[in-house]
Amino acid sequence: MDIRQLLQRDETCWEIRPHGAMRVPAVIYADASLLRDMDQKVHEQICNVATLPGIVEAAYAMPDAHWGYGFPIGGVAAFDPDRGGVVSAGGVGFDISCGVRTLHTGLNIAELRPHKQALADALYKVIPAGVGSKGHIHLNHERMHGMLTGGARWALEQGFGEKSDLERIEEQGCMAGAEAHDVSPKARERQKDEMGTLGSGNHYLEVQRVAEIFDQKVANVFGLHIDDVVIGIHCGSRGLGHQIGTEFLKDMAMAAAQYQIALPDRELACAPLNSPLGKQYLGAMRAAINCALANRQIITHLTRQAVAKVFPGIHLGLLYDVSHNTCKLEQHTINGQKQSVFVHRKGATRAFGPGHPDLPAVFKEVGQPVLIGGSMGTSSYVLCGTQESERRAFSSACHGAGRAMSRHQATKQWQGRTLVDELASRGIIIRSPSLRGVAEEAPGAYKDVGTVVDVADRAGLAGKVARMEPLICIKG
Amino acid sequence: MNSHPITPRWEHFEHGADIGIRGIASTPEQAFEQAALAMTAVITDPERVSRATAVAVTCEAPDAELLFVSWINELIYLMAVRGLLFSRYQVAIQDGHLSATAFGEAVDRQKHQPAVEIKGATFTELRVQQRDDGAWLAQCVVDV
Repeated sequence: MDIRQLLQRDETCWEIRPHGAMRVPAVIYADASLLRDMDQKVHEQICNVATLPGIVEAAYAMPDAHWGYGFPIGGVAAFDPDRGGVVSAGGVGFDISCGVRTLHTGLNIAELRPHKQALADALYKVIPAGVGSKGHIHLNHERMHGMLTGGARWALEQGFGEKSDLERIEEQGCMAGAEAHDVSPKARERQKDEMGTLGSGNHYLEVQRVAEIFDQKVANVFGLHIDDVVIGIHCGSRGLGHQIGTEFLKDMAMAAAQYQIALPDRELACAPLNSPLGKQYLGAMRAAINCALANRQIITHLTRQAVAKVFPGIHLGLLYDVSHNTCKLEQHTINGQKQSVFVHRKGATRAFGPGHPDLPAVFKEVGQPVLIGGSMGTSSYVLCGTQESERRAFSSACHGAGRAMSRHQATKQWQGRTLVDELASRGIIIRSPSLRGVAEEAPGAYKDVGTVVDVADRAGLAGKVARMEPLICIKG
Repeated sequence: MNSHPITPRWEHFEHGADIGIRGIASTPEQAFEQAALAMTAVITDPERVSRATAVAVTCEAPDAELLFVSWINELIYLMAVRGLLFSRYQVAIQDGHLSATAFGEAVDRQKHQPAVEIKGATFTELRVQQRDDGAWLAQCVVDV
């Protein structure tokens, strides 16, 4: 990106003044180096977001922002329903409520080491991953309804998990306002055999070692210590979310003229929050959030079963579960006034700071865990929400590294087999049904997640707490 | 306009996080068929996929570009719910209505080594247009 087009507010904050049809400024959080490498498309897309009706304060791009669909990936924008504000299917994305969940194992690296291969085999056997994999749960009409409205709570009622899991999931495991009747027959059909599956692409289940602690006090609250073994799960709402995204993108694109919304890019397709179409999307999107929460809950259950085969009697508790593709009604302080707005986070993680009323008691003092996924061979991070983040970007932070090169470039540069061997020599076991899939997801195809996280920390979006290194990766 | 024959073909184009599919042919119908082959090639080598099963596909949309996205999304849906991969397509388009047959077989993880699942066809780089040389082009980015 050409940084001469931007007005530097401070070391990590860059502003694009409103011009053309922009209703508010656009703000990018990055340092000069990340910005120079950032796709010029991010500039165009974040400015486009700033033109949408009812947007408040500014359109924000996180340090990991890259070229997305309508919204940049790493885009955050809030809309006021009482001032013609909109909800955008593209602003949430196809993988609704894709997110990261981290589990404690209570093991340390020395205890794991002799059983690493056995654990990799046990996890790969139990967790359905990759194209064509099916879950072990079939959803009939009644169970589908329960899942769409109940999320992880429904999963718990079905015997997948423990009651104490719920308080460590955003929305306490169940997204309010989900409307099962707004979910089409096709979306249901696509999901009926997909519960408890990882999917493919950048989704994974990873066994990790806590390799570095940046904030001892918060790490203690989060229960993280050097050499602890934790498990990270990255996946979303599977076929159901994809189908809902697909259908509403088309419906919103076709209805834009009716709502007199001038779209600078068709992909920004949106509908007024108070319109029938906007409300239908919200109902369906929230049901998809529940689907993602239930999916990660079932995968957690399967993980517990697999780990117990190798370590009998072990207990896996949740650190937290975050979603990074959502639109949620939240209270934020805008121009000194508390206001209810719909915050889109497309490839961005919520980062509520200390004292936020929605946080469980355990995190009230330090802020919520912000879980940043790595990419196979690279580190993952745990950050925490800050007071400052509320003022910076509606309490939002980055979600991952973001790709640095395309899938094609990656397959030209790496071979799946060689990559698996290379990672093995570094002590990282990869289990995947597709070697080409592994090559496309090569760690070198992603930006350096460490730089992204450093900038998020310096920008006050979220504070660094711990860094984890991968030990075993089950790749879809 | 068609002063020289245009060989139907497909290709991929680069997109930062995902991948673009493109069909080029002498008619819009063939361009749609070729782009669908490009989509199969995102997942596996189409040459590895037999044509044992035929599935009927229909969709409609108010313009050619939305029709193209709808076509690709119908295929993504069928692949997901029927567990299929396709290697040949026959498309007819009339007045915004598409009817087609897709030929393929059930996904076999050993035989096809599917690399990735496609979430949906997007409006990014979405184009259905006739080029100056008379060839029709149909393309978009798919989210994987």
